[in-house]
Amino acid sequence: MSGDHAAGQDTFPKLLAANARIRGGKPASREKDYGIWQTWTWSEVAEEVRALACGLAALGFQRGDRLAIIGDNRPHLYWAMPAAQAVGGVPVPMYQDSVAEEMQYVLEHAECRFAIAENQEQVDKLLEIKDRLPKLETIIYHFPRGMRSYTQDFLHLYADVQDKGRAHDTANPGFYDAQVDMGTGGDLAIMVYTSGTTGRPKGVMLSADNLIQTARNAAEWEGLTDDDEMLAYLPMAWVGDHIFSVGQAFTTGFCVSCPESAETVLEDLREIGPTYFFAPPRIFENILTTVMIRIEDAAPWKQRMFHNYMDHANRVGRDILDGKPVPFMDRLKYRMGEFLVYGPLKNVLGLTRMRLGYTAGEAIGPDIFDFYRSLGLNLKQLYGSTEASVFITIQPNGDIRSDSVGVPAPGVDIRIEDTGEVMFKSPGVFQAYYKNDDATAETKTPDGWVHTGDAGFLDADGHLKIIDRAKDVGKLTDGTLFAPKYLENKLKFFPFVSEAVTFGDGRDYVAAFINIDLEAVGNWAERRGLAYTGYTDLAGRPEVMELISDCVDKVNMDLAEDEKLAGSQIKRFLVLHKELDADDGELTRTRKVRRSVVSERYDDLIAALYSDRDHCEVTATVTFEDGRTDTIHADLKIRDAKIVPPGAGQAAA
Amino acid sequence: MPEGTAQTNSGRVIGDVIMKVENVSLSFGGVRALDDVSFDVREHEILAIIGPNGAGKSSMLNCINGFYHPQEGTITYKGKRRDTAKTYEAAEEGIARTFQNIALFKGMSTLDNIMTGRGLKMKRNFLWQALYYGPALREELEHRAKAEEVIDFLEIEAIRKTPVGRLPYGLQKRVELGRALAAEPDLLLLDEPMAGMNHEEKEDMVRYILDVNDEYGTTIVLIEHDMSVVMDISDRVVVLDYGKKLAAGTPDEVKGNQDVIDAYLGVSHD
Repeated sequence: MSGDHAAGQDTFPKLLAANARIRGGKPASREKDYGIWQTWTWSEVAEEVRALACGLAALGFQRGDRLAIIGDNRPHLYWAMPAAQAVGGVPVPMYQDSVAEEMQYVLEHAECRFAIAENQEQVDKLLEIKDRLPKLETIIYHFPRGMRSYTQDFLHLYADVQDKGRAHDTANPGFYDAQVDMGTGGDLAIMVYTSGTTGRPKGVMLSADNLIQTARNAAEWEGLTDDDEMLAYLPMAWVGDHIFSVGQAFTTGFCVSCPESAETVLEDLREIGPTYFFAPPRIFENILTTVMIRIEDAAPWKQRMFHNYMDHANRVGRDILDGKPVPFMDRLKYRMGEFLVYGPLKNVLGLTRMRLGYTAGEAIGPDIFDFYRSLGLNLKQLYGSTEASVFITIQPNGDIRSDSVGVPAPGVDIRIEDTGEVMFKSPGVFQAYYKNDDATAETKTPDGWVHTGDAGFLDADGHLKIIDRAKDVGKLTDGTLFAPKYLENKLKFFPFVSEAVTFGDGRDYVAAFINIDLEAVGNWAERRGLAYTGYTDLAGRPEVMELISDCVDKVNMDLAEDEKLAGSQIKRFLVLHKELDADDGELTRTRKVRRSVVSERYDDLIAALYSDRDHCEVTATVTFEDGRTDTIHADLKIRDAKIVPPGAGQAAA
Repeated sequence: MPEGTAQTNSGRVIGDVIMKVENVSLSFGGVRALDDVSFDVREHEILAIIGPNGAGKSSMLNCINGFYHPQEGTITYKGKRRDTAKTYEAAEEGIARTFQNIALFKGMSTLDNIMTGRGLKMKRNFLWQALYYGPALREELEHRAKAEEVIDFLEIEAIRKTPVGRLPYGLQKRVELGRALAAEPDLLLLDEPMAGMNHEEKEDMVRYILDVNDEYGTTIVLIEHDMSVVMDISDRVVVLDYGKKLAAGTPDEVKGNQDVIDAYLGVSHD
C-alpha cells in the first residue's frame, strides 16, 4: 500500500506529512497520563512536530545540528526526532539510565548543541556535566515538575518552545515546508550509539534511506498495516526501538503507545493489547515463569486443566499455527483449550491480539519459544544489528526452526566468509561510525559488505544458523569448521549434561570433556536402582557412560544433517570425574568455561583423547567450600562415539 | 528566629503565622503529657517536632488535629480557636495527617485509599450516589482526576490497583501521604513519616516531602527521629522533653543548645 505513495517520501518529516494527509484521523501516539490513555492522531502529531521544529529553529537550531534526546519512551520525545530532521538536524537518542559521565562522552562525541530531556532528573544530570560540554547550548525539558526554581536562561520548557515555534510559523509561513523539502533520503537521519560492551560507544550513522527502506521492506514482508498497535517500552536509544516505533510506525502508519512508567509495562501491555510486540528473550522468560508460579498456586482442578491443555497445545499448537495438517479431533480439542485455557491466559498477559512478535538479542530457550508458539502466538526470532538498521534475517511464517534465525530479510544479501563469518549487504547498511574511520574500515568493506563478527552458515533451504562468535571459531586440520560453543550448547541441551568442553582447533578430530548433571543423572540412577556414593563414582559408572554416549550420538546425528558441520562430529569423549568449578578457577563466576585453564590442567586427558588409549588415570585437586583442598584419583574411560556419514542423519533418525 | 517573611534557599517564601500554640497543657490522669507548650507555625514552612520517646510529640499533633483536647492553653489556626474543635472540623479546615502506625484500609486498593482522602469534599448524598449516573458520576470523575494527580506526583502508578496490604512498608507510607495530600491540605501533619524505612526509602520520602512543600506550598509539621533528616529539611525545629518545650529555632540553633544535647545524650543526675 505504501508503494503508491512512496515517491517523494524519503524522509521522516515527509512521511509524517503523508500520514497526516492519508490517515489524519487515525491514532498515531498514545500515552497514559493521570491514569487515562491520551491519544494523538496523525494530524495532531504533525502539528506538534511542526510547532517543535519551528521552535527549535527559533532557538537557533541550524541544519546539521545534533539534538540529544534523553528520557523514557514518551510521545513528546519521539516527536522531537522528526522535528529535528525537519529543520535539517540529527537526533541522537541516549540511554535514559546512563550516569552523567557516560552521557558526557556521547554528548561530546556527537557535538550536540541542543538536548531535550524528559524531566528534572535528566536535566540535573545534564547540568552536572554542562561545564565540561562547551558545545551544549540549549536544554529543553518536557515535564515542568520540580523545575520552578531553575532559572538558567538556557533551559526551556517543551511547551514554551512549541509556542515560540507557532509564533515563528505564523511570522514565516513558508519556512517549515521549505525546510522539510530540503531534506533528502541520503541525509543522516539518526545517530545511534552502540552500548559499547567492548571499548567506547560508537556512533552509528544511519540515513533516512537506511531506516525507511529497511523498515518498509520488513513491514511489507510481515503484512503490517495502519491498524496495528505497538507498545514502545525499550530504550529509545536502541536501534530496534527506533525501527519499530518510528521507522515502521511512520512507514505503515500504525499507532505506538508509551507506557505510563517503567514499572507499569506489563499492566499497560494488557490494556493496550498490542498486535505487534518485541521483547528480548529475558522478558518472555519472566512472563512464563510468572505464569508457572501462579499456576502452582491455583486450585488443583485448574492445574489439571491447565496442564492437560498445555500438553495438547505443545503437541499440535505449533503445527496449527504453521498451517500444517492436524487431525480434526486434535483441532477440536485445541479449540476447547483456546476457550478454557489459552484465550484467558493470553488475555491476562495482554497478548490476545498479538499477530506478530519478535525476539532477538540472544538465543531464546526452545521451551520458552515453543510455549508461546503453541499458544498460537506468532513469535519469531530475528537476527540483526545496529549497523544493519536491525533486520538481517527473520524467521519466515510457517517455517520456524528453533536452531536457525531465519532467512535473509527482504533486500538483504548474506554471504559467508571462508572464516565462517557472516557478512551482509542491505539497504540498511550504516553510513559510517561517526568520527571513527578506523572502526568503519574494519567493519564495512568498500563495496558495502558488513562484518557481523558472528560465525554461521546457510543451510540447504537458505536458513541462517549462527553458531558462535567468529573469533572463537577454529578449524580442524582438514579445514572443517569447528565451532566449540555450538557443539557444547548442543550437548548441554540434554538435561544429563551440565557442562561440556570441546577441543578441535588445529587437531584431526573433535573431542569432548563432559560433566554430568548430578541431579538429573542421580535421579535417573535412582529410578533404575543404581547405587552410587558420590559424583566421581556416578560419573565413572558404565551405565552412565552408556547414557552420555547416547547423547553424544544424537548430537553427531544432528551435526551430520548439516553439510558444513558434519565434519566436526565428536569422535572421542570422556566424562570428567569432577565438576568444573569456579572455585577451582575452571569456570568464571558467570559460569563460562575458562578454556585455557581447563586445557592446561587436564593436558594428559586431552593427550589421551588424541591417542588410541581407552582410559586415563588422573589425580585432581579439589578445593572445598571451606578452603581445604584434597585430591581425587580416578581412572577415566575414553569412549569413541558413532560418527554418522554426512547427510545420513535424517535417514538414521 | 526570623521575623515576618523570609526567603528560604529553595525559593519558597515563608509567610505569616498560620497557627499559634499557646501554653498548652494536656494530662491523662496523673501523667502530664504536655506542659505549658507554646510555639507557632508559619505558612509554607517545614517545622519539625523532635524529642525522646514519650516527650509528647504525638500528643501535640493529636491536640492540633482535635483528637485530644488540651485542658489548658489555646491553639489558634487561621485566627480560629482549635483546641476545642473536633477532628472532622480540623479536616474541613484543611489539616490532614498521617499516622505513626500506618492507618490505611488494607483490603482496599491504593486508588481507593487515596479516594477516601477526597471523601470530605464529595457533596452528593447517598441517594445520588446510588443512582450512579448524573451529578454523582460527574463528581466522582472530578475527584478521581485529583486522586490521579496525587498518584502521578508520588509516582505510584504501578500500584494503583494493588491492595494496600500487599505493599511493602515504604510504599504504604507513601500511599498514606497520598491520602493526606488528596485532601488538598493547607497544613500537613506527618507523624514519623520515615520510621522503619531503609536509607533509600528515606531519601525518596524526603524528596516527596520537599516537593509537596515546594509545589503546593503546603505547611508541614512533622515528627521525626532521624536527626540528619530533620536538620536537613526543616526550616525550624521545636524540641520537647517530658512534655515541656526545651528549645525552638533553626536547626543550627537547636543543634548547639545544651539542654537539647543533654536530653538526647542523657545527663548524670547527681
